Amino acid sequence: MIEKKPIVFLLLATVTILVGTVITMVIPFRWINDPKLAIASVKPYTPLQLEGRDIYIREGCNNCHTQTVRPLLSDVERYGEYSKSGEFVYDQPFLWGSRRNGPDLARIGGKYPDAWHVKHMKDPRSMVPRSNMPAYAFMNQPLDSSLSERKMKALNFPYTQADLDALKGKTELDAMVAYLQKVGNDIPWRKTGRAAVLGELKNPYQDNMSVLPEGKALYREHCGQCHGEELKGEVGPDLRDMDKPDAAIFGTIYSGTQAGMPGFGDSLGKDRTWKVVTYIKSVHRR
Amino acid sequence: MNQQEGYADDVVKGFITWSMVWGLVAVLVGVLISFQIAFPQLNLPPYLTYGRLRPIHTNAGIFGWGIGSFMAFFYYITQRLTRTGIWSPGLARVQLWLFNLAIALAAVTLALGMNRSKEYAELEWPVASLVVVVWVIFAINIVMTIVKRREEQMYISLWYILATLVGVAVLYLVNNASIPVSLTKSYSAYAGANDANVQWWYGHNAVAMVLTTPPLAIFYYFLPKATGVPIYSHRMGVIAFWSLIFMYLWTGAHHLLWAPVPDWVQTLAMAFSVMLIAPSWAAVFNGYFSMNGQWHQMRENYLVKFLIFGITFYGAQTLQGPSQSIRTFSAFIHFTDWVPGHVHMGTLGWVSLVLFAAIYYTLPRIYGTEIYSIRLANVHFWLVLTGQLMFSISMWIAGVQQAAMLNATNPDGSLHYSFMETMIEIYPYWHIRALGGVVYLAGLCVFLYNIWKTVAGAKTQGAAQPA
Repeated sequence: MIEKKPIVFLLLATVTILVGTVITMVIPFRWINDPKLAIASVKPYTPLQLEGRDIYIREGCNNCHTQTVRPLLSDVERYGEYSKSGEFVYDQPFLWGSRRNGPDLARIGGKYPDAWHVKHMKDPRSMVPRSNMPAYAFMNQPLDSSLSERKMKALNFPYTQADLDALKGKTELDAMVAYLQKVGNDIPWRKTGRAAVLGELKNPYQDNMSVLPEGKALYREHCGQCHGEELKGEVGPDLRDMDKPDAAIFGTIYSGTQAGMPGFGDSLGKDRTWKVVTYIKSVHRR
Repeated sequence: MNQQEGYADDVVKGFITWSMVWGLVAVLVGVLISFQIAFPQLNLPPYLTYGRLRPIHTNAGIFGWGIGSFMAFFYYITQRLTRTGIWSPGLARVQLWLFNLAIALAAVTLALGMNRSKEYAELEWPVASLVVVVWVIFAINIVMTIVKRREEQMYISLWYILATLVGVAVLYLVNNASIPVSLTKSYSAYAGANDANVQWWYGHNAVAMVLTTPPLAIFYYFLPKATGVPIYSHRMGVIAFWSLIFMYLWTGAHHLLWAPVPDWVQTLAMAFSVMLIAPSWAAVFNGYFSMNGQWHQMRENYLVKFLIFGITFYGAQTLQGPSQSIRTFSAFIHFTDWVPGHVHMGTLGWVSLVLFAAIYYTLPRIYGTEIYSIRLANVHFWLVLTGQLMFSISMWIAGVQQAAMLNATNPDGSLHYSFMETMIEIYPYWHIRALGGVVYLAGLCVFLYNIWKTVAGAKTQGAAQPA
């Protein structure tokens, strides 16, 4: 019997292990990353973005943030269009992650302006009050670009001398923000995948002063980090003396803008969005 | 006096001692990061942030404590089951030094941010290569010891040991393939969805070949030793072994359900994960049936308590795991705290309880003494059991609650809660988990004290009456 022949036993065990390995891990190489499934708009990383990605890896951001949006209602509504394998062909290693101690970042690119990320990385709780993310203020240090060219060559990514020269004087934070703004943004989903506003756009709280305290509280929680507690503006513009129609303001808050304001429809819902609209309209410069 | 029947047990002592050191490090770091999640001010950038400490925690736990003790017990068990000494005690000693060097380098490089980011395969290529050297030495030494054995038949434990040796080698080499840029930086050889598929083939099968087959080898050896009666069924052992190592390697992609890898790969992974219940539970039943007529030992023999609770957590683990691999259930709990709850039932419950029993059994024997205090061993048992349950149960509840909140919708179909609103609700569970970690740590300290007193007692005995 084979229990008396260790070498035969060893070989047989190896073959047994390799069956499932070959079928589920080796054979799929034929299909995954097939050039036919490639997405033309997905581009390799620039030297600055790649340096940012390496910092993301160095800090272990993938321990808390996933980068895959599943084709499930709650994922797609919360984070945006679901992930496709063709979006990851330049990702060595992949950074899909396995646990969400923080939100998914697969569609973070273009969601916020650069200034938001800078403030958030330096002091996460200044932008997201109960966040448990560590502060990364030390990333203000100069970027070490000594390996950049070798990295681009190792990965076969195209680059120019101008790209490399542009790394001089950049900080690690610059690289990180450049990377974050690229993630998930190579397909034009943001133009098509915006949360749609359903139903009639009439403010149910027009001139209803009783909702102002709640509207103010919601504003401070969700909007104050960018537009300032007193609406004077900071990362985002000054909102005092807002003269747009209620429906237009509602649309902006609910769906966000191309200029880098995220939509709040998924977290506020319609009713609470109207309360914020009512509060913003009630504030005037004295 | 230690070298009874020509067995080289010094190296067993060495591996046990160092695995306990790394185990303590793993739990200390684990407690720290569980507090960091609840209280972010405890992150001290750049070196002591959650992002950098978490891989130190997993590597110290799985490789330092887990693999370290497996090396000890593989050497201990193999010598006795083959009735022959280690093929090369010198090589084994070299292996011990290189092993410790690798784990120490791992801790330092990870804190410095040198990290390949692939879970449980984070180490950069020079350290990873050192691990390969350690493993090759280990494999050669064990296989050669078995080849020159004096016992014709190989007992179940040796099958699991051989499967571990090849399994880990294959997994580690394939998943660590990388393109070096410098001594401290490399990129994975695979891209995107391929990289993910390779990584989770590795990631899940590390659970098979590192955290299942070795503790089973140890369980099958030490349960009969502790109870004094043989294993219930050899044939059940044969069937369970071959079906376990055949099925496990198909299941990795159940970590990638709903991710952009081909559907048929996901479906195969799900099907094989569910089928895996059979061989897993065959081992559980083999353990339980071996206790027929012996259940009174649960009260009288503290070793049996550790072993039977260990295999019971293995049983619970191998029901929960396959359930999680079902698409609908995965859609709900994946990416939530349910999963750390599950993982820690396996590592703190199954693997560690079996290892504690093996250490309690082995150390007094190779030092020629008695355990210092059985009462303290019982205190240790209850503390680690309580700590583990606090951890797992709080995380299961947190996971289900967060999943429910993440899925809640308003009448108009929009989501009811933002991500942050769901997260704020689970802070209290994170406090309970951190507390559970402290209780477990207390249990571990009782264990280490008991072992230290046992060994110190042996040394004074030995000095009093020189052989």
